[in-house]
Amino acid sequence: MTPFVDIAFLILSFFIMATKFKPPAPVEITTPNSVSTDKVPENDAILVELDKEGRVFFTMLAEGNPEAKRTVIENLNKTRNLGLTEAHMNNFVNAVGIGVPFQQLKGFLSVPTAEQGKVRQPGIPVRDSANNELYFWVRDAVSAFSGKKINYLIKGDNNSVYPDFKNVLEAFKRNDIYKFQLVTQPEEAPIGTDLYKTKSTRGGAKPAN
Amino acid sequence: MASIDTGGGDGGHKKGPGVKKAKKLSTRVDMTPMVDLGFLLITFFIFTATMSSPAAMQLFMPKDTDKKEELNKAKESGALTVMLGKGNQVYYYEGQLAPDGSNFKTSSYDPETGIRKVIMDKKRSTPIEDLVIVIKPNEEATYKNTVDLLDEMTINEVKRFALVDITPQENELVKVTQQAGGVK
Repeated sequence: MTPFVDIAFLILSFFIMATKFKPPAPVEITTPNSVSTDKVPENDAILVELDKEGRVFFTMLAEGNPEAKRTVIENLNKTRNLGLTEAHMNNFVNAVGIGVPFQQLKGFLSVPTAEQGKVRQPGIPVRDSANNELYFWVRDAVSAFSGKKINYLIKGDNNSVYPDFKNVLEAFKRNDIYKFQLVTQPEEAPIGTDLYKTKSTRGGAKPAN
Repeated sequence: MASIDTGGGDGGHKKGPGVKKAKKLSTRVDMTPMVDLGFLLITFFIFTATMSSPAAMQLFMPKDTDKKEELNKAKESGALTVMLGKGNQVYYYEGQLAPDGSNFKTSSYDPETGIRKVIMDKKRSTPIEDLVIVIKPNEEATYKNTVDLLDEMTINEVKRFALVDITPQENELVKVTQQAGGVK
């Protein structure tokens, strides 16, 4: 039995080391597949999630930079007259994804961080171009990162419809942001296609764009 | 010469008569609980492991402009317009849309016979600098369809493509075709 146990523990240690726990997400999102192989940046990024009902969630990925998140909420508090207290703002810094309109933000941030996952959030309003609140979120987040190179991640669900996606893009475009990274599940290039040929001749090198 | 009996020259293994043999304790430990726990952990980690980490797909959008001279021009011969409708339906036409809609065709996402083949054929038959693919999802197309089409651009190495809103005329044709085909 000894070799058997040896192997078992080898596998065990492999899985322990290879596992990276999923960061808590406000909603379950199944992303589409693509042949892209670029790594998704995990820090210094703005993540906008779009679920199948068209709800939009905003997350700032600013690990080791809680000041940025703080600046954003302080700014919004001032410009939108949200009436947030210090405790609300501290809660925002620890919160994962925000998916509520500005009027409901105070209520949402009154919920303790650990309980926020259970609250059903209606999503940030984006459908009405006159009141595209995501625009303000993105604007303040960009200025809070103050010149750092940030990535704009969009994570959409397979079944969300195109107009919602377009509205999200619109919010970024109004901030003069035109380069996005769509979060997808990787898949192999289909055999016989141009990309497949390029990859096999270059030994898996990324084709030049 | 007097000598102390060391029990012979073999290191004192032999004890004299009457010396009690020390009871040998077994060094073997029962490993069953440990193995149980090990397997429990293995199953846990196998189930929770997300083996494939997500990949980022680059998307560059052009700046919106109203000025005619800033608009990118496309040669009619090299243009392929792909429209996405509901129920995973794909429609396309080459060049300009004929007023009677005669060059409006239906395709699918089938990897062999679907839109990929259309794009490949178009790429082969067009000078590479003229090729422009215009992707027009309508309001019922899903995000997945849109990403799939953008992915086709990478797969077929199409360098020039655009994500554009569908025109009312095209959308009308898509709707009519959907109704005729009974797409729910």
